[in-house]
Amino acid sequence: MTAELVRLATTGSVDDGKSTLIGRLLYDSKQIFQDQLDSVEDASRRRGTDYVDLALLTDGLRAEREQGITIDVAYRYFSTPKRKFILADTPGHIQYTRNMVTGSSTANIALILVDARNGVVEQTKRHAFLASLLGVPHLVLCVNKMDLVDWSQDRFDDVVDEFREFATKLAIHDLRFVPVSALLGDNIVNYSENMSWYRGPTVIELLEEIHVASDFNMIDVRFPVQYVVRPHRNGFHDYRGYAGTVAGGLMKPGDEVMVLPSGFTTRIARIDTFDGPVEQATPPMSVVLKLEDDLDISRGDMICRPHNQPDSTQDLDAMICWMSESSGMEVGSKYAIKHTTKWGRVMVKDLQYRLDVNTLHRDESSTRLDLNEIGRVRMRATTPFFVDEYRRNRQTGSFILVDEATNSTVAAGMVTGKAT
Amino acid sequence: MTILQSDHIRALEDESIHIIREAVAESERPVLLFSGGKDSALVLRLAVKAFHPARLPFPVMHVDTGHNFPEVLEFRDLTINELDAELIVASVQESIDSGRIVEERGPRASRNRLQIEPLLRAIEQNRFDAVFGGARRDEEKARAKERVFSFRDEFGQWDPKNQRPELWNLYNARHRQGEHVRVFPISNWTELDVWQYINAEKVDLPSIYFSHRRKVFERDGMLMADSAFIERVDGEEVFEAQVRFRTVGDMSCTAAVESSASTVEDIIEEIAVSRITERGASRADDRTAEAAMEDRKREGYF
Repeated sequence: MTAELVRLATTGSVDDGKSTLIGRLLYDSKQIFQDQLDSVEDASRRRGTDYVDLALLTDGLRAEREQGITIDVAYRYFSTPKRKFILADTPGHIQYTRNMVTGSSTANIALILVDARNGVVEQTKRHAFLASLLGVPHLVLCVNKMDLVDWSQDRFDDVVDEFREFATKLAIHDLRFVPVSALLGDNIVNYSENMSWYRGPTVIELLEEIHVASDFNMIDVRFPVQYVVRPHRNGFHDYRGYAGTVAGGLMKPGDEVMVLPSGFTTRIARIDTFDGPVEQATPPMSVVLKLEDDLDISRGDMICRPHNQPDSTQDLDAMICWMSESSGMEVGSKYAIKHTTKWGRVMVKDLQYRLDVNTLHRDESSTRLDLNEIGRVRMRATTPFFVDEYRRNRQTGSFILVDEATNSTVAAGMVTGKAT
Repeated sequence: MTILQSDHIRALEDESIHIIREAVAESERPVLLFSGGKDSALVLRLAVKAFHPARLPFPVMHVDTGHNFPEVLEFRDLTINELDAELIVASVQESIDSGRIVEERGPRASRNRLQIEPLLRAIEQNRFDAVFGGARRDEEKARAKERVFSFRDEFGQWDPKNQRPELWNLYNARHRQGEHVRVFPISNWTELDVWQYINAEKVDLPSIYFSHRRKVFERDGMLMADSAFIERVDGEEVFEAQVRFRTVGDMSCTAAVESSASTVEDIIEEIAVSRITERGASRADDRTAEAAMEDRKREGYF
């Protein structure tokens, strides 16, 4: 009961050995059940594959089985005595960017595979870039198929050097490298006898050890008000609490706080939960705040500290990932926006550039974004939003755009610094 | 310094409470589906926590197949009474009696699929626009790919190929009149997580989850409870066994497993070494086809 919850995002294609790697992690940590294995063996046999295709474990939709492809992010669960892992497994081909962005949005660790024979290829760079864009704090590069390069330390070192050079352009500062053979199990759960030159941890050891407790912003107090609790029942008639999920910082009773947009200040009287009051609240706790003064506060307001406020602005500069198949984003278009617990409307004022995720080239002549394209935009909102840069806070720096005609979520956005 | 946070069950609880509050804040008429099973008992518990000290701000709905385990009905009424909550019953029997749906015939007849009509009808009549369910992603392949906020059109249909992207903890509950969202607050919990939480929080459950003597017969390798609701075929002999149920559903499609686990601790120990999933062990309804769950979900099932 004391295990930590860690979210992973993994990606790649069948050729990288990703399914094999995940299969090993699940099987060796005893998370695959006999009836699941039986049905996967059955299905593999019917399709004429001569190995057990572990992708069939979660390719559960009819369309996926019919077409033999994964069309959506699959969530898998496994645990070790130290940690419980939620693994967002994203397909490497179809809808690649949309799925990878979705899976990475909550991840602590990105797990990326490369084939030791090919080294860092275009796809590797794309994976790493998206993990970086989505602010995944830790990246583990598994250099796979070491058995096919004679377990060569030189080859591993070359791949590591190549990746490090590319990674200087990225915002991921915690990079780890492991030489593995997913097929034979070397350095996944068990140490490799074939690579005695490698003295580092195995993949599972890394996943257990990487320090994730500091992935949340523990400095800037941010509490988006989610729901006002007003019990109309005996004994609680004067109770007024503000429910929400802590998005940043550390809050304690007695702390002076400011409420946006009103700008009024007061103090935290109590921090309540069903199980009783708590002495402090940090991300990602769901709590109820009671304040010393009766202020007019509603859903969508932001509680912060008087001397540490988010940027209160109607002008949003952001990186946008476009996710709609049916319509593209054009300058001048209007959308509904949801940021923390607050809705509003925005108009796209400017597309500064469209980014080629393969080359990182910026196309400044572009005027629209289509499915799976990423660009930097400036938008004007109907009302002020209380934002931080995404790099500083993934909760108060992110938003979604929704098409007002269809109600579909059409884009993911990450707040950047002001364009100059 | 951050003791609470290092506990993964606590982190899952925080996430679920966030989801429940978000759905209530963004909908007009929410409702919670309650079968009396452990997963819906957990969602109910989390919902109570989310709004404490206020009362549950929405009613609870039971889709009654008419083929219930009596122990489960008893548990339902006790739980609803204690919370002083409003209970809505959508009755399969009533839909059959008024001719809207037709009962399946034969020894493998089940009222499982027949729940769809009264469920959607009750949603429509009560104009519910956010419907909480206890589905988990680890329990079934189609559910593994479903969103936490899962959009349903005016016919209650789920379109797995056209789901809204879901990022961070930003959920989109927007819908037109007549449409609704299904909300699954415990999507990220595993069977073991659920039991660990039930143990830590002392959540009450129906007695059939715990080991007891029962008259059963064997069908397709599963132990079905002998009852008036299920027709036996030749060779299906009734015998008495020490069993418990890993899931709770219609008596005609929920199978028992042989077990001597009589406490939550025993159950946790049993699950930790089990090599069969709970649905694989006990749900006849998922065995009809590889995509049985997906097909039912498309039509509006839970």
